[in-house]
Amino acid sequence: MTTQPKKARVSTTVNGQPVDVLVAPYQSLLEMLREVLGLTGTKEGCNDGNCGACTVSLDGRIVDSCLVLGAEADGKRVDTIEGMARPEGLHPLQQAFLEEAALQCGICTPGFLVAARALLEREPHPSEERIRLWLAGNLCRCTGYDKIVGAVRKAAALDGAGNGRAAG
Amino acid sequence: MTITEKPQQQYKVIGTRPIRHDGLEKVTGRAVYGADVKFPGLLWGAVLRSPHAHARIKKLDVSKAAKMPGVFAVMTGADLVDLESKLVDMGEEIDNLAYTTKKLMADDKVVYKGHPVAAVAAVDLNTAQEALKLIAVAYEPLPVVLTVEEAMAPGAPLVLDDLVGEHLTGEARNTNIAKHTRYEFGDTAKGFARAAVTVERTFKLTMVHQGYIEPQNATAQWNQDGKLTVWTSTQGAFNVRDAVASILKMPESNIRVIPLEIGGGFGGKIPIYLEPVAAVLARKAGRPVKLVMDRKSVFEATGPTPGGTIRVKVGADSAGNITAAEADLRYEAGAYPGSPVGAGAQCIFAPYRLPNSRIDAYDVVVNKPKTAAYRAPGATQAAFAMESVVDEVAERLGIDPLEFRLRNASREGDRRADGPIFPRIGNVQVLQAAKRSAQWNAPLGAPSAPHKKRGRGVANGFWFNGGMKSSCNLAVNKDGTVAMVEGSVDIGGTRASIAMQAAEVLGIPAEDVHPTVGDTDTVGQTDVTGGSRTTFATGYAAYLAATNVVKQMMGRAAKLWEIDESGIEFKDGTFFSKSDPELRLTFKQVAEKLDETGGPLSATGTVNMRGAGGAFSTQIADVEVDTETGKVDVLRWTVVQDVGKAIHPAYVEGQMQGGAAQGIGWALNEEYFWDDKGNMHNSSFLDYRMPTALDLPKIETVLVEVPNPNHPYGVRGVGEAPIVAPVAAIANALRDALGTRFTETPMKPSRVLAAIKGGTLDGAATAASSNGASRRGRR
Amino acid sequence: MHPFQYLAPTTVKEVVSTLSRYGDRARCLAGGTDVLVQLRGGRFEIDALVDVKGVPELMELRLGADGLHLGAAVPCYRVYESPRVAKAYPGIVDSASIIGGIQIQSRASIGGNLCNASPSADSICSLIVHDAVARIAGPRGNREVEVAGFCVGPGKNVLRKGEFLVSIFVPKPAARFGAAYKRFIPRNEMDIAVAGAGASVTLNAKGKIVAARIALAAVGPTPIVASRAAASLLDREPTPEAFARAGDIAALETHPIDDMRGTADYRVELSRVLTRRTLAVAAERAKGAK
Repeated sequence: MTTQPKKARVSTTVNGQPVDVLVAPYQSLLEMLREVLGLTGTKEGCNDGNCGACTVSLDGRIVDSCLVLGAEADGKRVDTIEGMARPEGLHPLQQAFLEEAALQCGICTPGFLVAARALLEREPHPSEERIRLWLAGNLCRCTGYDKIVGAVRKAAALDGAGNGRAAG
Repeated sequence: MTITEKPQQQYKVIGTRPIRHDGLEKVTGRAVYGADVKFPGLLWGAVLRSPHAHARIKKLDVSKAAKMPGVFAVMTGADLVDLESKLVDMGEEIDNLAYTTKKLMADDKVVYKGHPVAAVAAVDLNTAQEALKLIAVAYEPLPVVLTVEEAMAPGAPLVLDDLVGEHLTGEARNTNIAKHTRYEFGDTAKGFARAAVTVERTFKLTMVHQGYIEPQNATAQWNQDGKLTVWTSTQGAFNVRDAVASILKMPESNIRVIPLEIGGGFGGKIPIYLEPVAAVLARKAGRPVKLVMDRKSVFEATGPTPGGTIRVKVGADSAGNITAAEADLRYEAGAYPGSPVGAGAQCIFAPYRLPNSRIDAYDVVVNKPKTAAYRAPGATQAAFAMESVVDEVAERLGIDPLEFRLRNASREGDRRADGPIFPRIGNVQVLQAAKRSAQWNAPLGAPSAPHKKRGRGVANGFWFNGGMKSSCNLAVNKDGTVAMVEGSVDIGGTRASIAMQAAEVLGIPAEDVHPTVGDTDTVGQTDVTGGSRTTFATGYAAYLAATNVVKQMMGRAAKLWEIDESGIEFKDGTFFSKSDPELRLTFKQVAEKLDETGGPLSATGTVNMRGAGGAFSTQIADVEVDTETGKVDVLRWTVVQDVGKAIHPAYVEGQMQGGAAQGIGWALNEEYFWDDKGNMHNSSFLDYRMPTALDLPKIETVLVEVPNPNHPYGVRGVGEAPIVAPVAAIANALRDALGTRFTETPMKPSRVLAAIKGGTLDGAATAASSNGASRRGRR
Repeated sequence: MHPFQYLAPTTVKEVVSTLSRYGDRARCLAGGTDVLVQLRGGRFEIDALVDVKGVPELMELRLGADGLHLGAAVPCYRVYESPRVAKAYPGIVDSASIIGGIQIQSRASIGGNLCNASPSADSICSLIVHDAVARIAGPRGNREVEVAGFCVGPGKNVLRKGEFLVSIFVPKPAARFGAAYKRFIPRNEMDIAVAGAGASVTLNAKGKIVAARIALAAVGPTPIVASRAAASLLDREPTPEAFARAGDIAALETHPIDDMRGTADYRVELSRVLTRRTLAVAAERAKGAK
């Protein structure tokens, strides 16, 4: 075994809070969130960018956090599922997912919610086709997607949803 | 849409759609899944896996890895004691502990690619993985057997040297056939002689995976007193506890298994893979150890559902009555015995009343991962074969496919081909509802382009559903809410469906029952969340516990009113005196007085259920085929299913949609892509192509409520039946679109195009109809 | 995974010196969507990963009078979200919009797709039919290589020790130019091309084809330039018959293999169909282009 490279110091903003952490240079953003910061709401399903369970927002764009190095988050803004609800209540998407029974096991749910939020922030009233395309990077094995698409449509139909919320 | 057979009792909670109790944690990221646990001093484990599908281990040297800085423990198969052959009921499957031990970690021979050979615990995951590179293994590769044909051929290499097969002639050695079962009824030769039309075909299937998004995981920690705690994502905490106890040769009561939230299972998280490994590493290291599988290992080394070969022969008279049917099912068990071929054999003819039948079922070991349950295990493969042949018989007789199925549908009192007499079932009602469904009555529509063709297919499917053991504790809070602890891991909303049944009894809102999934130290024995049993059996336990609560509460009201208990009735959440209309107290009001009437109040419900009502699921597929590329798009889909009584209709619909979606993936693209050495080439979500949101249409559901008489609310299981029909429904839709009958899964674009171009049947599975069935299309 | 350093230089010169220092023990990191997967899969071992996104030239997306200057690390979404690029370089936008899902497109770059040199890469054929040029920096200065000659084998490219891709230059298309890319995947998203075809056509004022380019993905060790198929179109009307014939010729120019994603025969057939379909879209676009 070669010697461990020095840890990288990462100054980032996670869910609006500035944080300074040390990460191994080869650690992913997903590992940084889960193992270093204890933010386990972001899930690992495949670790190669094909399931979307680890979707987070990086400077306002959704990414698979397994395919980003923690070190790359330096100076950037990271938003995860843990920052989606506000003290005054759930995000309309979270509420719609509950009301529409859009989750079964729930492991893919954080990724779907973070991805769907990014869509509604850009396009407040997407078509069903557009929703399905946007969410194609997120796999769900329980629901057949029907109720997930329904929940996103419902949240989009709510007045002010998507474009009214603070960006995450 | 819900069709209720006859007006039922009016319910206040059952049949409504409350927000699930665990929903908030799951939409906010706070729910704790198996991989989320963390403790001070936690080590990470990693598993070294065999690169060969079949090889003898000549040398295994872990000394360098053990010395690597950061490594705390190393283990091999030598750390697991060889166990006597002992069958343990894992819920939806029976495992032989002797083989389970070898599956967990190889002894001197690896029998599938990905077979664990050694494991390491280290300070972090990367160190553990790097340490695996320092383990020296010398393998002597052995010839592999990969298909049932290869494995059953005379002189085939033996997967397991010590296997004793159960054949019709008795015990057999030097065989890869672990079990041969036969069900015979009537005289099929006579039956076929009466047939006007006989169709016989052979179907080939390839292994597919459940594809749960959360990989397997386990964390183990020992206390100084020799007690072990295991945190894991499992479908059955008690089954894990009992299996780990046997494997580690320790008392069950010294093990506490804490089931965490589980990210999908579909049967695949019934077997154990990591728990004993984590326990051994943790004992050696003296620190807690966590193991999480990577996706490649999930594909290569957990239990998929088998591929195999199924031959079906069906004869019918000119009036459209089936006169005889035969099936021969040969399933890949994987490297150890125990494929679901038995269930496949029992389900294959279940939708039909058959005067004469014969079924042969072979459980065959091959050098592939040991198969596990997958949603109605064994039934989808069987239905693909049977429902394709039935469709062809109907077509040749010129009878509408649904009409033909109705004419031959099994009903209450009919004998299932493997013996049991059907209790009350909804087969006919489901088929009739399918005939009336919007999709069946809608035109298929013109293709979207000149090079495309459309087709519609229908298929039926059956699953038994399960009963088994469940436990539930209720404790009344003084504010009139009720705390519930139940033993069923919640994989898709069962906290809600169980709590709702208690709430219905108690006459309180669903939200006022607060369900928690217990661990093995907090609630009575509860079998796996599997077999579509949870809402039925654990729901029944909750019903019993709630009934007991009501009885006790009645006693409390009697105390308050100073009257005899027998003078009190309970209705719609209110206790009232039969004689004095002034004496009325709600459930909540009685709860508020608990301290004055005797203190805490709790109750337990336990069941060992039989009498689960079987379910039928008929599905309609509309597809469009690009005849230049072979790509199949699913345009429209309907699932019609006998659900007994939908406790929480939204989650019942979800089960039906999810099952259909998995079946569609199975039909069109999913497969284990093997080379001739037994290497799986597509062990990632990139190349194991599960449907994305863009690959599926809206999935319509029709809930047919034919109550199960063995449950107070009429519950039948709903989770598994919906995966049975889809593969056949798509095959039948493709036949309608192209005039070609597909006999091999998946019906992937290259296979579809080959069929279009060749104008012939595809691949090796070309056994034609025994009497020269026409292959012309319907158009 | 063998532990590696994370380095984030900010100038082309620094990148060159870093790469020269580490030799084959270093790789560039742009979007990371290939390299991180390959590292975890043990395809190669490195001591340093060099994040090039801090170098301004690599993040530049500029539409100049001469053409498109596309920094090697510019993520796909910036390409397809630019209306001006979409209008002038439709083939490249076709590709940028189908690489992975939305999450991948936030990170993956056309430059990275090119350097990864996969035969099935979705962007390389588009670059080829747009006559794109790779701009390379290295210890011995800068050089340019036509994208058509950039890949030399599966996962192999022309970059020498210490060299890296700075940007891709796509010349301004002629009047009445149209291009398109189509691939075939079994699902509708999140898949690797079983086969792909990029095509461009330029029409004269009378509507005849005066220039054509066809490039095919996943039917050989590198993206294949189907020059005979393209030549068959010259001086012809953009008709379905002409495109079908070009498709037939293109199919003969392939030399695919069997693998888990498709058989060789199937890929040949797909090349025929995709070439025809892609040409039709390219021609429609050419008719609409000023």
